[in-house]
Amino acid sequence: MSRRRRTQERDAAREIAAATVGGDRPMDPGSVLELQHLCTTFHTDEGAVKAVDDVSLRIRRGSTTCIVGESGSGKSATARSIIQVVDHPGRVESGRVLYRPASDGPVVDLAALDATGPGIRSIRGREIGLVFQEPMSSLSPVHTIGDQIGEVLELHERLAPAAVRERVIDDLRRVGIPRPEERAGAYTFQLSGGMRQRAMIAMALVCRPSLLIADEPTTALDVTTQAQILDLLAELKESLGMTLMFITHDLGVVAEIADDVVVMRHGRVVEHGPVDQIFHEPRHDYTRELLAALPQRGAVTVTEPVPAEVPAPARPLLRIQDLEMTFEAAAGTMFGRRRTERVNAVDKVTLDIPEGSTVGLVGESGCGKTTLGRCVLRAYRPTAGKLFYTGADGRETDLAALSEKELLPFRRQIRMVFQDPYGSLNPRMTVRQVIGEPLRVAGLASGSELDGRVEEMLVRVGLKRSMAGRYPHAFSGGERQRIGIARALITEPRLVVADEAVSALDVSVRTQILELLAELQGDLGLTYLFISHDLSVVERICDQVAVMYFGVLVEHGPAEQVFADPRHGYTRALLSAVPVADPRLRGTRERVVYESEGSAA
Amino acid sequence: MSTDQLPQQDVETPGELATETGRSAADVTVASQRQLIWWRFRRHKLAMAGLYVMIAMYVVAIFAGFFAPFSKDTTSADHAYQPPQLPRFSFSEGFYVHPTTGSTDPETLARVFEEDTSRVVNLGFFVRGDEYSLLGVIDTDIHLFGPTEPGERFYLLGADRTGGDLLSKIIYGAQISLSLGLAGVAISLVLGLVLGGISGYFGGWVDSVIQRIIELIMSIPTLPLWLGLAAAIPPQWGPTRTYFMITIILSLLGWTSLARVIRGRLLQTRNEDYVLAAKLDGVRTRRIISRHMLPSFLSHIIATVSLAVPAMILAETSLSFLGLGLRAPAVSWGVLLQDAQSVQVVATAPWLLLPGLAVVVAVVAFNFVGDGLRDSADPYGRRAP
Repeated sequence: MSRRRRTQERDAAREIAAATVGGDRPMDPGSVLELQHLCTTFHTDEGAVKAVDDVSLRIRRGSTTCIVGESGSGKSATARSIIQVVDHPGRVESGRVLYRPASDGPVVDLAALDATGPGIRSIRGREIGLVFQEPMSSLSPVHTIGDQIGEVLELHERLAPAAVRERVIDDLRRVGIPRPEERAGAYTFQLSGGMRQRAMIAMALVCRPSLLIADEPTTALDVTTQAQILDLLAELKESLGMTLMFITHDLGVVAEIADDVVVMRHGRVVEHGPVDQIFHEPRHDYTRELLAALPQRGAVTVTEPVPAEVPAPARPLLRIQDLEMTFEAAAGTMFGRRRTERVNAVDKVTLDIPEGSTVGLVGESGCGKTTLGRCVLRAYRPTAGKLFYTGADGRETDLAALSEKELLPFRRQIRMVFQDPYGSLNPRMTVRQVIGEPLRVAGLASGSELDGRVEEMLVRVGLKRSMAGRYPHAFSGGERQRIGIARALITEPRLVVADEAVSALDVSVRTQILELLAELQGDLGLTYLFISHDLSVVERICDQVAVMYFGVLVEHGPAEQVFADPRHGYTRALLSAVPVADPRLRGTRERVVYESEGSAA
Repeated sequence: MSTDQLPQQDVETPGELATETGRSAADVTVASQRQLIWWRFRRHKLAMAGLYVMIAMYVVAIFAGFFAPFSKDTTSADHAYQPPQLPRFSFSEGFYVHPTTGSTDPETLARVFEEDTSRVVNLGFFVRGDEYSLLGVIDTDIHLFGPTEPGERFYLLGADRTGGDLLSKIIYGAQISLSLGLAGVAISLVLGLVLGGISGYFGGWVDSVIQRIIELIMSIPTLPLWLGLAAAIPPQWGPTRTYFMITIILSLLGWTSLARVIRGRLLQTRNEDYVLAAKLDGVRTRRIISRHMLPSFLSHIIATVSLAVPAMILAETSLSFLGLGLRAPAVSWGVLLQDAQSVQVVATAPWLLLPGLAVVVAVVAFNFVGDGLRDSADPYGRRAP
């Protein structure tokens, strides 16, 4: 065993020595990592795709460098190329990855190492740590987190089992996991998302790497958890003297933590510079475009609908009264007695939606906002409570009590826009069929009249008439979302429930869709219930905001009031966690942490 | 292409679909689901080859009387165990073979055949021979090829115990073996669709009951059960009744896996966003199932079915081989293989194993087509690397 390990170490040292780059000043002495003309190509059946195309950048020792770009810009492929873990058909074609672990040490070209050889393996995990986006899938579900972290130590440092355990517990405590002695024996599924990501960070840091690569480590997390993880990373970087390479699509996060920023697009570096310059004097058009698309808190760019168009703004279109939705979940052990557990997804929510307004419903994942939206749509039948809907003739109807058949006319008046522009359009139907379906089944239009109305609606949402005959696969994400909006509006509804309607879109497209929604609201006098976890989007377009926390509506009021003067502790915590997209404002706000009586640490 | 794409998207863009189907992007944008599947299937060479073989086999089976040189019932005791004859060619005679007379060697009891080189049996295309009725309607006696003189014998693939032409018997056997596969799967499919559909759509205790029944049926060892059921068929029943009985027995046991596939698909599709969207569009349940859900898994069902057919063919063959399925005078590949049960016969007349080759070719062709369909059934899903 030890002999094998010695041989391996010797091989690794030999390989690294062979990859060491000599010559005078191969790289800047202040850099820990320098990419020179790096190209990574994915060889597929359909030809070569250049994911990383001639990328040159440098990461200063001790800095936080953010790589930012929209999906498909090659930011992850760049990070993976550095440590040679590119996904299968991909290969690092050319270029150099110069790495200098110590400021006076030798320079190693990582790209010259064999991707499966002992050289790169001795660097991965020990000198360069990695944190991935989805901690659930990057940690093994069948080993305890203590074992998984300990394995890294066993591989890279020769430590006795007792010493390993001690280090693991120390490190779990360092990343802020309470009761680390117990948690070391926990499995991944026993931890919350934030705790999992902390464990993942502990694993990446256990060998004290000089460089930490974090690939979208907070994207899958709620905004309050994200804030905690960002704070933790900044703190650890300071105390361990690391360099941090942080990959994200979120410019708000960049403004919070970055020293240097690299903007990527289509596999190329578009702009590279200090954070202040990128945000305040962007040189490249694309960077400007990205910044303009950024929902700036407090900077309203979309014209609000003119209040004069709505005759009686005070009249509520929908009154939600003491709405409750309970799900039953089977629980119990394999042989133990089965018991049904009740989950109160929505707990006595009362909320008015005024006609012609946009009501934002915010909260973290699992807070019940989607369930509430689906109850309003009567996709679910609420367990208790009332949904008073005021019809065009002024009559109030309780939607919660109606049967499926009685609901049909109201199905045309309350419509939904879905989050996922891919899953919500039937791939087997043409756009004409998808949009026209509600009218056809209701027998409201058919033949050329139906086609005419569908085409008119396509033009209205910014698509072309000729696109009606195409199938959804012919459209990009943003265009599909426009089709989804067209489907919602074809029945001339009065209330539209938009459930995370822009969350799956890249920032530049997101802005276009938000503008479209605002424009349609002005033209058609629509009322929106806008469900989102993204507070900056909600602040930008909503008149009223309702905040949900564990099924309960904790705060509700006009948007300006809620954002300027939040009453509830949870709202304050939520607001303080939202990253501000201006590096100059960094550190001006205090982070508020909200601990409800019921929630565990 | 604009830059707006979902992160972690697993859906192909028109460009990628275009390269994968070998069509231009403009074609792909207006192509329906069916066209996309067909385009992708066509690029699957093995599946296309399988499809051609399959079509050829069914054509031959449907027009068996025309393609077979003799009727399946004509025998010639003189030619029992006649080895295959290779047609010869000469400019004066065209294709011909020499007639043979067989006799049993009194010492070794082995069959000996003597060629009479003084005479020839002329062979030709579109010759008159045994009478048959094409598709059961047209009575005719024209065969694709055979001896030009009616009454002469010629054995391209040898003869069996009774001196019947093996080639003709294999061609007639295809009628039963191939159609039984289809009919069996059709019955299984109906059972599977109904029971799997009920199970998947209603859920709850109905689902539990049906699933437990499926598990029960699946847990019974298949061969003994077949044997038991097949043995219960009265021996005095005619070939047609036996044929239907065998089909029903095979499909009664074969529907379980189909029902499971359908239930799984239904459960999966039920949670799709576009199904909720249809519900919110005010679409009635029946239309949601038929118009929105069914098309999305129809292609998968077709693929599963084409993979289930060979299993049926094999099942019929094994039953008949064991003497528990169809019996002579019915001709199926399994019945023909019965002759090859004894080692001694196989040693002296190895050509009797040829019906087995037909089974192998049919099963392999079906499997290739099924594989190809399964790969191309979901034109939106990414092909496995």
